[in-house]
Amino acid sequence: MFNYTFQWKQAMARLPQMLDGALVTMQIALLSMLLGILLAVVLTMFRLSGIRVLAGFTKTWVEIARNTPALFQIYMAHFGVASLGIYLNPFLSLLVGITFNNAGYLAENFRGALKAIPDTQTRAARSLGLGAVGAFRHVVLPQMLRISFLPMTNQMVWAILMTSLGVTVGMNTDLYGVTQDLNALTFRTFELFAIAAVIFYVITKVITLGARLIAARLFRY
Amino acid sequence: MIEIENVRKSFGPLEVLKGIDLTVQNGEVLTVIGGSGSGKSTLLTCINGLEPIDSGRILIDGTEVHAKGTDLNKLRRKVGIVFQQWNAFPHLTVLENVTLAPRKVLGMARAQAEEIAVRQLNHVGLGDKLKTYPGRLSGGQQQRMAIARALAMSPRYMLFDEVTSALDPQLVGEVLDTLKMLAQEGMTMILVTHEMAFARDVSDRVAFFHQGVMAEIGPPAHIFGDPQHPETRKFLSSSRQ
Repeated sequence: MFNYTFQWKQAMARLPQMLDGALVTMQIALLSMLLGILLAVVLTMFRLSGIRVLAGFTKTWVEIARNTPALFQIYMAHFGVASLGIYLNPFLSLLVGITFNNAGYLAENFRGALKAIPDTQTRAARSLGLGAVGAFRHVVLPQMLRISFLPMTNQMVWAILMTSLGVTVGMNTDLYGVTQDLNALTFRTFELFAIAAVIFYVITKVITLGARLIAARLFRY
Repeated sequence: MIEIENVRKSFGPLEVLKGIDLTVQNGEVLTVIGGSGSGKSTLLTCINGLEPIDSGRILIDGTEVHAKGTDLNKLRRKVGIVFQQWNAFPHLTVLENVTLAPRKVLGMARAQAEEIAVRQLNHVGLGDKLKTYPGRLSGGQQQRMAIARALAMSPRYMLFDEVTSALDPQLVGEVLDTLKMLAQEGMTMILVTHEMAFARDVSDRVAFFHQGVMAEIGPPAHIFGDPQHPETRKFLSSSRQ
């Protein structure tokens, strides 16, 4: 039934290269997450601004990010903008694509979190003389990030997994790209992708557990 | 001095303030009583500009609150307000709750802000809770913290909006004692309250609001002892039961 000889040793010899790829994967995910959070905060402020154009901008972004495939978003960040004359290298395209996705999802998470914070919090902050921005920054934002912390962890995991879509725009230095290249060289398909899967699993597990530790330290109230 | 001149305010079709005229002198303690929906809480939120008004004007030390050019953030430093729901900031410790505005609004250094905060928190009897998060405090303690938070801005005027209404009965006393202490120190205050005995005890004047109108105002002895307006009599007799 199986006509395949497992050669784990040969595949394991490539582990260092794959781990280098894993570093690139984590780098992209982390960067896309930091940028995504910043953008999502800006998008959320747009939504709260009461200015229709800005709120509409946020809404459109969130709609596209959540209702189209991540693959499409990354593809557009490479080939889409290239046809407009803007060339982004695969690393940047992947980063932009995932950041776009992250920001959209996180902005939606933030919206939910904001609903859990009573208006009276802003009112109390304003009554102390804080301006609208100060009240948001010192009173609303920290609570919003606290409430969205677990969804943010999910998004971080999702960002790690999304990096695998980079191969479609020619990315070959991340974990998935490296694995695919090694596969073309050695044809140890099952072994290589199994190892890659384990590495993905370990990374996401560490993120989830790490997030729990951070939450316990950070949110003591 | 707080001057309120013919202030009108509606929420949609409902007119909640129907031309209020009222002046509060410096050092005066004014209590506002009345049934729910009489407009007394709305008046407080209008005084510090949290709510816009439809007509008339409110002057604080001569500055018109709702005029276009008025810097409300600056004005609010003078006018502290404490709400029925104390609105502690749950992500900050008691000390941080109180130092936030002095640091971020007045630009005070942390050490200086903390010195003031500790003094105010000692004042309201929370000196041993500095590092505690509000979630671990009782309602009465959170409300006293909210008072200290407002006082840390050294306001000239304090507005109290039914600050004991959401508290368990056994916690009301500690908050009223704090208010009484402030009154004795000469703070100018407007209190909206349902605590009649307290109003009688601390107020210089008592105003009775009924359906958006100030039906009657006078010294507590008059309002409680010899009310002139039939609605005042009705309200007081029903609240004594």
